[in-house]
Amino acid sequence: MQKASFVPEVLKPRLMETKLSLYLLNRNKLTRLAMITILLLIIIAIFAPYIVPYPSHATGVLNPQDKLLPPSTKYFFGTDELGRDIFSRVLYGTRISLQTALIAVGLALLIGIPLGAIAGATGGYVDEIIMRITDIFLSFPPLLLAIAIAAFLGPNLQNAMLAIAISWWPWYTRIVRGQAVSIRERQFVRAAKAIGTPHIRSIFQHILPNCIAPVIVQASMDLGGVILTAAALSFLGLGAQPPTPEWGLMVSTSRSYFLNAWWYSFFPGIAIFITVLVFNLIGDGLREVLDPKTRKY
Amino acid sequence: MKAFIIRRLLLGIVVLFGVVVITFFITRIMPSDPAAQWVGQRATAEQIKAARVELGLDKPLYVQFGRYLQNLVKGNLGYSLKTHQPVMNELKAYIPATLELVLISTIAAVFIGLPLGVISAKRKDRLIDHICRFFSVGAVSLPTFWAGIFLQLIFYRWLGLLPMGDQLSMNVRLMYDIPKITGFITFDSLITGNFFIFKDAILHLILPGITIALYPIGLVARMTRSALLEILNEEYIRAARAYGLPERMVLWSYALKNSLGPTVTVVTLSIGYTLVNTFLVESIFSWPGIGNYVATAVICLDYPAIMGVAIFSACSYVILNLIADVIIAFDPRVRI
Repeated sequence: MQKASFVPEVLKPRLMETKLSLYLLNRNKLTRLAMITILLLIIIAIFAPYIVPYPSHATGVLNPQDKLLPPSTKYFFGTDELGRDIFSRVLYGTRISLQTALIAVGLALLIGIPLGAIAGATGGYVDEIIMRITDIFLSFPPLLLAIAIAAFLGPNLQNAMLAIAISWWPWYTRIVRGQAVSIRERQFVRAAKAIGTPHIRSIFQHILPNCIAPVIVQASMDLGGVILTAAALSFLGLGAQPPTPEWGLMVSTSRSYFLNAWWYSFFPGIAIFITVLVFNLIGDGLREVLDPKTRKY
Repeated sequence: MKAFIIRRLLLGIVVLFGVVVITFFITRIMPSDPAAQWVGQRATAEQIKAARVELGLDKPLYVQFGRYLQNLVKGNLGYSLKTHQPVMNELKAYIPATLELVLISTIAAVFIGLPLGVISAKRKDRLIDHICRFFSVGAVSLPTFWAGIFLQLIFYRWLGLLPMGDQLSMNVRLMYDIPKITGFITFDSLITGNFFIFKDAILHLILPGITIALYPIGLVARMTRSALLEILNEEYIRAARAYGLPERMVLWSYALKNSLGPTVTVVTLSIGYTLVNTFLVESIFSWPGIGNYVATAVICLDYPAIMGVAIFSACSYVILNLIADVIIAFDPRVRI
């Protein structure tokens, strides 16, 4: 007798597909390097309090006798105007940036996916209304909308995340709607309808699970952009507030000192750049691997 | 064609109305009191009350909205809470400086980004492709505000080659009559023959210009590359090559023309991005444009000013999208 497989029969092709994609993704040297870097960033984010040399500097303890010192063996990245170790603060900032990006994208998905599924699966005027609202949100440049919302909600990190989520959800609604429209006509959805499954249940149990994959991929590609937006908001004074070791905020405060202390703005900026770069590289790799037209075996 | 343009125009108006509704209600749920801001910090309770009546803030929300719409149709965006000047006049004074930056970055996006994308696609997976791709991914990953600061550090502090910010040097502003015809300093000084001012203005334009152009160049290069690669796999490209047409012609004429749709879209999209990036770049370079204007407005919650800029940006965005759609619609293959 054949051994019972742990993976249900219907999932097998999907699992194969995922395995193949991962294999192809891993074959590209640049993408592999990016994946390793992200792993490293995640490790730094988790263990930041244990690996940084001066954990208390990240939480706002002052050290004024060492202010604005250039990089040295004592302070790898130098110190800021309050004498705090920039290396410790930059490493700590990884935690804040990754957290902000994940929560903001998560919130955007939470708004965008159900709306898209309802619009696509229901059609008619419900679809029309949801999609026109989506169009209106899309007609704002995303950063502008985020700035406006963050300005009016009041400047702090939570509001910045909310502001980013509000300006980002329409993209996900569009993707999910497109998927839902095609899945709505599939046999299994019609069959469910024929045996009297309520419409709402059909949406959330049959249609939605089948449109999530592409939107998750898109969301992972967006993480870089979201980190950049969050940093920009903090730079404008609309995100994290002092003494939070947020990269954008650090670059912003460094503006009064950078002409004589290049290290102050250099290291937080490079941290933003590298993080966004690796996320964008993975996004590019994913796009290439998942698009059958550009895929190479 | 005509029907398509009319339909898109109508849709654009609907979208703009939505923009006005959203900005209006966002500004009304904010926790600060505009009347108190209008009269300043040392005002008495009576003065604040009077200001509330004067600004119409004592009326119900829908009446306020109706009045705002009425004024908007007449081109009146209200008065800035900080300067007490009409927002429309202030915008008019600041827009040319911003447009100068936007224009530079768009030119760079088309004349640098596009060729980069084409070269990259043509030499796919060769060294030059890797360099181009690394540059373009790098350009879109760079925090604009940080790039600006770093350019200042290198070219102003270390090399001393370029000015740190503003549109003109202080001594030029004091000693010369700045010509005002269109509001674009470079253009005005050139046509009036003020070459000294022109040179000064160009020197001031270089750093903010580079800072703001990086993102669109990267974006356009990436999009052009991926659009072209898709098309280069098509049968008719193979056919054209089989005919023995020169590769240059296949690439620049056959393939590029057919990838124009996504490219035009991304160029207009990048103009929209640039418009918003000016918020960051202008505040770094003390550039007297709407970005700087809105950055100060955000800090003191000057909501009529913020709304004015938001409506202006959204209008430009909608118009740009409309233009892109119309250009693409000229392609006979696009079904309208």
